[in-house]
Amino acid sequence: MASKKLRKATGYLLEFACLLSALLVMLTLCLILYYIFRRGIAAVNIPFLTSLPTPVGEPGGGIGNALIGSAIMVGIGSLLAIPFGILAAIYLDQNPKSKLAAATRFANRVLTGIPSLIIGLFVFTVLVLRTGNYSALAGGIALAVMMIPIITLSAEEMLRLVPNSWREASLALGASKKQTVLMLVLPAATGGLVVGIMLAVALAAGQTAPVLLTALTSRFWLENLQQPAASLPVLIYTYASSPFPDWQEQAWGAALVLVTTILALNVAAQLFIAVRNRRL
Amino acid sequence: MAATKQTTRPQNGEGVFPYLTAAAAALILLLTGSILLVVLWGAWPAWQAFGPAFLATSVWDPVQNLYGAIPAVFGTLVTSLIALALAGPLGIGTAIFLSELAPPWLKKPASFTVELLAAVPSVVFGLWGLFVLAPWFRVGPGQFLETNLGFLPLFQGPSLGIGVLTAGLVLAMMILPTITAISREVIRAVPQELREAMFALGSTRWEMIAKVVLPTGKVGITGALLLGLGRSFGEAIAVTMVIGNANLIPSSLLAPAQTIASLIVNEFPEAFDLQLSALLLLGLLLFIITLAVNMIAVWLVQRTTQGIPSSQEKRPVKRRTLRRFFSNGQ
Repeated sequence: MASKKLRKATGYLLEFACLLSALLVMLTLCLILYYIFRRGIAAVNIPFLTSLPTPVGEPGGGIGNALIGSAIMVGIGSLLAIPFGILAAIYLDQNPKSKLAAATRFANRVLTGIPSLIIGLFVFTVLVLRTGNYSALAGGIALAVMMIPIITLSAEEMLRLVPNSWREASLALGASKKQTVLMLVLPAATGGLVVGIMLAVALAAGQTAPVLLTALTSRFWLENLQQPAASLPVLIYTYASSPFPDWQEQAWGAALVLVTTILALNVAAQLFIAVRNRRL
Repeated sequence: MAATKQTTRPQNGEGVFPYLTAAAAALILLLTGSILLVVLWGAWPAWQAFGPAFLATSVWDPVQNLYGAIPAVFGTLVTSLIALALAGPLGIGTAIFLSELAPPWLKKPASFTVELLAAVPSVVFGLWGLFVLAPWFRVGPGQFLETNLGFLPLFQGPSLGIGVLTAGLVLAMMILPTITAISREVIRAVPQELREAMFALGSTRWEMIAKVVLPTGKVGITGALLLGLGRSFGEAIAVTMVIGNANLIPSSLLAPAQTIASLIVNEFPEAFDLQLSALLLLGLLLFIITLAVNMIAVWLVQRTTQGIPSSQEKRPVKRRTLRRFFSNGQ
């Protein structure tokens, strides 16, 4: 056996390596945030947030239509995915051992396990290819497909946290199962549901590939849902890949807006959890 | 005081509600099934045209309508393995730090930072990789490899900044949070009694980690690495932005290449007929591979985090974290 000093020294050395790797991970985040802030802040101002893109070389273009497009598509996704996911979660919660529940849980696992790109391919083949045009609606549906399993899984877990004794008390008072779920279980789980939804929205807002394949992009205001729509991630992608410096600068500006929104949602969700844990 | 109003008793009347919830659950099943069927159906013409040879051909020529998967599959494997080689040790090291070494006040904020890194969208990693990492890499490490190790086939050719190695680096950054967070949960699941027993035997802290914690969590940590790998297989936009998009087998790690996902992103908007079908066939391949890897990984992690009973009460595994990082999401 090695001497005690040597054993301790080896230990410290390797622990130090762990510390270094942790620092490196933190540094990565800091570097990314630093550059986005530094290069993005120059581009962001009120007109940038509210105006349409301009042709190359013409100063003053903005990301107004992309902001609205993103909001609308994430909105469509949420409108479809939230009720859907919560209803499915209620089913899983009420019939935990049925065959359908087992199959649905498996399907949910599959859905979360496939890359978002594949979901884009799916919606493209089913909607875009059939109708012949890219549309905001297709983009929203693609985002909904991404959000459904996330919301279902988190909602199921939140519903399960509501104590059984509460449900029994409600049923004993003569409430139906439906009343118990709608008036007792759901309200009790609201906090958790909100957190799950916030994280799903944050994830959807950052998606590029599924939106690119379904809604493409546009340089105009969105007039109806059957049209192609601009979105922040796709705008960042196309502007960053372009050879024009003013577009690249705008890509950084758009990235600042997108990252701020998404990180704010994440921080808010985390605070929500922290506050609730303290109260319990 | 007399009750005059007759209350209507809920006559076991659930109405359509149970059917509604069952329908929602069934629709998820249907949705998942139809995704597989639609991709399968779309890929069928290409499979009929090329058959298994699709997987063994390296030509990708839309003009002559000849398609083969080798360069894209090769690119996907190489970039993902580079990412895993870089992010694996770093992620596990960070997980050890977060769960065993860090002072208590640091654990939560540090873990949260890791989760924030996971929340950064793919396209932002791409943007950063293209304008910050790639230029730095071209004159820094890339130049170094070119001049000093250029005699090796692995590093021949000019350092362009964008290419296989840069894509691997960006992917590594993207899968770091997955590997770190899942490994941390796995390590947390190791029973406290085992740690105390090791200390009682006179081991140092590191010996306790290396001889008890890591071996106990081995299976779950493997799962964490596989989850990271699965995620990097399916990663599309960030890779597309930094890999250079040359659809051939790269001559070196500094050369541009293509992955399955980046090829689909690049060619999909203009593709039709057989080319579209070939892309869908690639998509199907990606679907199957990532799904298999992800399923195995989740199974491994769950086996570890659920299989060790005594730890559950003192240091509950965060199911939320697990669930979040099980997804191939971004």
